[in-house]
Amino acid sequence: MKTPIQFILNGEETAAFVESGSNLLDTLRESVGDLSVKGGCWQGTCGTCTVLIDGAPRLSCVTLAETCAGKSIETTAGLRSGADLHPLQAAFMERFAAQCGYCTPGMLMAAKALLDRNPNPTRADVVDAICGNICRCTGYEPIIDAVLDAARGEARRRA
Amino acid sequence: MLEFRKDIFADERDDNLIEIGQPTARQDILGHVTGTSPFYDDRRFADLLHLKVLRSPHPHARIRSIDDSAAARAPGVKRIIRAADVPVNLNTMLSLMAGAGAGYGAAGQWGKDDEPSLASDVVRYKGEPILGIVATSERAALEALAMVRVSYDPLPAVFDVEEALKPGAVSVNPAYPKNAFEYYGKYDHQKLRFGDIDAGFAQADLVLEGRYQMSPIEHAPTETNGSIAVPDTNGRFIVYTSTQALFFSLDTAAKINAMQANQLHFIGGTVGGGFGGKVDTLTEPLAILAARLTGAPVRYRLDRHEEMQFGSPRGAERIYIKDGIMKDGRVVARQVRAYFDSGAYTRLSSYAVVKCTAHIPGPYTIPNVHADVYCVFTNRTPATAMRGFGVTALDFALECQMDKDAIAIGMDPLEFRILNAYRDGDMKAHRREAKNCALVECAQVAAEKANWPLRDQFRRMSSREGGSPERGGIADRTRTPAVSRAPAHTSAGRTRAPSVPTPVAPQRMAYERPAPATPVRPAPAQQQPASRHVPPPAAPTSAPAGSTHGAPRFSSVFGTRRR
Repeated sequence: MKTPIQFILNGEETAAFVESGSNLLDTLRESVGDLSVKGGCWQGTCGTCTVLIDGAPRLSCVTLAETCAGKSIETTAGLRSGADLHPLQAAFMERFAAQCGYCTPGMLMAAKALLDRNPNPTRADVVDAICGNICRCTGYEPIIDAVLDAARGEARRRA
Repeated sequence: MLEFRKDIFADERDDNLIEIGQPTARQDILGHVTGTSPFYDDRRFADLLHLKVLRSPHPHARIRSIDDSAAARAPGVKRIIRAADVPVNLNTMLSLMAGAGAGYGAAGQWGKDDEPSLASDVVRYKGEPILGIVATSERAALEALAMVRVSYDPLPAVFDVEEALKPGAVSVNPAYPKNAFEYYGKYDHQKLRFGDIDAGFAQADLVLEGRYQMSPIEHAPTETNGSIAVPDTNGRFIVYTSTQALFFSLDTAAKINAMQANQLHFIGGTVGGGFGGKVDTLTEPLAILAARLTGAPVRYRLDRHEEMQFGSPRGAERIYIKDGIMKDGRVVARQVRAYFDSGAYTRLSSYAVVKCTAHIPGPYTIPNVHADVYCVFTNRTPATAMRGFGVTALDFALECQMDKDAIAIGMDPLEFRILNAYRDGDMKAHRREAKNCALVECAQVAAEKANWPLRDQFRRMSSREGGSPERGGIADRTRTPAVSRAPAHTSAGRTRAPSVPTPVAPQRMAYERPAPATPVRPAPAQQQPASRHVPPPAAPTSAPAGSTHGAPRFSSVFGTRRR
């Protein structure tokens, strides 16, 4: 028996029918069709599937879809506005902060959660924010540099 | 950060580089940062079926019986795939490269078919696939898997490479009953012999032994191995896959499914991390078979546990090194005995062992070298490629040993390396001339960066100076052979032509560094004992002066071929 749920996905009202026990990752990918969210371990250890729920970074693979009813969910698919990239996306490109690209959406969302909360993070803040996200390709330095670059760009834009 | 040392070997290139040194965006990075790169699992099919595989819980066991009758009736189950359903249920990956009939005998250069896609009688490692279930959802497939009853007779297992080679050890792989891969169908290991190892140790002031070991390493890509096979028209199948080796996987899948390669259309190239762990074609053959048997698109995706348990790792290695060292710092003998843990089946390990042997004794000129390297079967997960496999663990062992050697004779480890490093013109243990060497310079720059003090004489040494065939201990037969090695036959009686010395001009490539006009032997620590070998007068060289472009300074184990 499937249950209807409604939530806000990247600012748009969205509805899906979910089987009881379904996780948010599968619901976003299979029912809604948002393929920007990736699954890496399906057991809450790698951070690849990170999305924002009401602004907080959450592991969508271990989040029951039904608990997301009425909440606001953000994914990488909603980062850019039209052709304009989010400063984090531009900084990741600039800094070569993606290699295979599979952990990148989760990395971006963990970083966004940080910058939304703290526009002027220290390096330690960035390390802490992405400490639950595993990257097996580039090493973390370019990613940390990219997040700091994006933060500095953000600060300039807001000033 | 990236730094180009154009001062080093500046006369060997004109540095007309266009791309190197310039930042360039990856062509696929926009897709990566927007979450739109097409990974194999980002394809949607309305009628997609899911394949999950029953795996052995034992490292070694005989399968007495399999009862899948309840699973076959479980909700959502479309098809059960058994060993008997696999058209060609025995394969070895490298048979594609030089298999039977390629001039290497029935076993091929890299091995006999030794691995089933689905085990039927015996399982040889924990996680080995036994049976597949295709269902309407992963969950339905997993629930049906839980209903399959398998009766096993557990067998003794062997997990240690040296235990596996002992007489009377448990036999793992029936293709190789003695647990050692057979090269050319008859040699149970790879050998390297150069100089006289016993004389080397007898001559040495100090002999030092070491034992080194590396555990298996899982690549753990963030995207697990997987593929989706979709029936196309005309009996063809489109396969979306995470593979790192698209055509290799295509041919392997064709062989196992007894299909023509042109019946398969593989789409991939967007790989969520591979590092060698997505070469083994772990999922495509069964996904294609499942799609054939059901007529529907089928996804076979490993979960994280399967990736870690069944996904092939970098193989374990155990390496023994025995070095003979002179008080002046020269390594005069190196004996290596190494064991490469292939796991239960061959995969790529036969090749890894050749790479390992080819890398001995490391980038050092040692006149007496003796190595035996074994490719061993154990009841562990079959090993595969990973970032320099065959060489990485050996380098770890060799460089640890170099440090211990240096400390043992009271010499600085970096100076010790500089002293023993290959120089242009040295004869390697593989009887190839060392060319375009740069280890001396690498060590000097590393020392400079680390503020590591080097004595003047070591700072002044150069890869271009001091090399000679005799430094390696034997006359150079490769660079300037005295006699043509091509056997000459008469048309009538296959009589060997009289051995007329035919000077052969040394073959040099345009990018190779010219030989130094006056070879200078490196002058190491104060009083170097008189060498047993007297350096000959310098051979005249007809090599071109300098190179014509900024070619990489590579010289592969196969000689001077650029790769």
